[in-house]
Amino acid sequence: MSKFSKKRSGTSPSISTASLPDIIFILLFFFMVVTVMRTAELKVRVFTPYVTELTKLEEKSLVNYLYIGRPIQKFQALYGTKPRLQLGDKFAELNEIPLFLEKHRVKVPESKRPRITSSLRVDGDVTMGIVQDAKTQLRKSGQLKVNYSAKKKVDSERF
Amino acid sequence: MAKASKARDLMKNEINASSMADIAFLLLIFFLVTTTVAEDKGITVKLPPWSEEKAEEIKLKSRNVYSVLVNAQNQLLVRNQPMDINDLRENAKEFIMNPTGRPDLAEKPTRAIISLKNDRGTNYKTYLEVYNELKGAYNELWNEMCQRKYGKDYSDELPFAVRKSIQDEIPLVLSEAEPTSFGKE
Repeated sequence: MSKFSKKRSGTSPSISTASLPDIIFILLFFFMVVTVMRTAELKVRVFTPYVTELTKLEEKSLVNYLYIGRPIQKFQALYGTKPRLQLGDKFAELNEIPLFLEKHRVKVPESKRPRITSSLRVDGDVTMGIVQDAKTQLRKSGQLKVNYSAKKKVDSERF
Repeated sequence: MAKASKARDLMKNEINASSMADIAFLLLIFFLVTTTVAEDKGITVKLPPWSEEKAEEIKLKSRNVYSVLVNAQNQLLVRNQPMDINDLRENAKEFIMNPTGRPDLAEKPTRAIISLKNDRGTNYKTYLEVYNELKGAYNELWNEMCQRKYGKDYSDELPFAVRKSIQDEIPLVLSEAEPTSFGKE
């Protein structure tokens, strides 16, 4: 009995922080794995629609992104409010799409080139005109695999 | 001299790990800031190859064609009838399978063709929702058939032969016409 009481009467107990680095490291690894480096600063407002039938894009290196939307507030004085195309990190004209695709294509190993996907990130409020023109450009340059970027719609009615 | 050796004894072989947490925190915060939650999902489509020549016209029986028109006011006209987007999926499913053998619906699923046409003034959101409903109709039919045949849901993880056997019976044929340009862009 005296053994127990002796232990308890020690100096003020302190929580061991020895495992703290481990906990932080676990968090760190989690974020390292899910991280996608911000490739481009968005200069257009892109708010993609909500849909139910989604497919996931597999390999990040095989995807190129085309953004279509209205310029954000900062650029409206310069570029107006009409929907614009953004390639990489700058505004572009539609006829720059083939070159943009080619630049991405040469970076991809030849065996993987047929699997290159173009991800169209289009704002929901944009009209189809500019999207259609972009699609025509994609078809003309032989880039036929296209993914319309969208978000998952949580549908309470159907399920 | 005695004091110095005592200090060394106290150190023993332990590395001071108290700053490890700080280093890890620093890295953690860096990754937190640069993280964008991956939302790389969407509707994957295969565009038709571009050709300069005009495509030859193919005559199709009108009962096999499911025409969907979307105008610049985002209204739907399905087989010459106005329709609400919420009814599109069920209606398309009925058209493809034609369970009651009606003479005005598709002869059989392999003959069914969906024709989608929009205006240049159509909202992208509406267009994608319509596309989603049509794709959803096929996905549901594939699921039903897959459940009947193999007892599981249709998914891309299934063996190629299984997917092919289902796609052969209910092929997705979605043709997109050149858009009209009546509406304001």
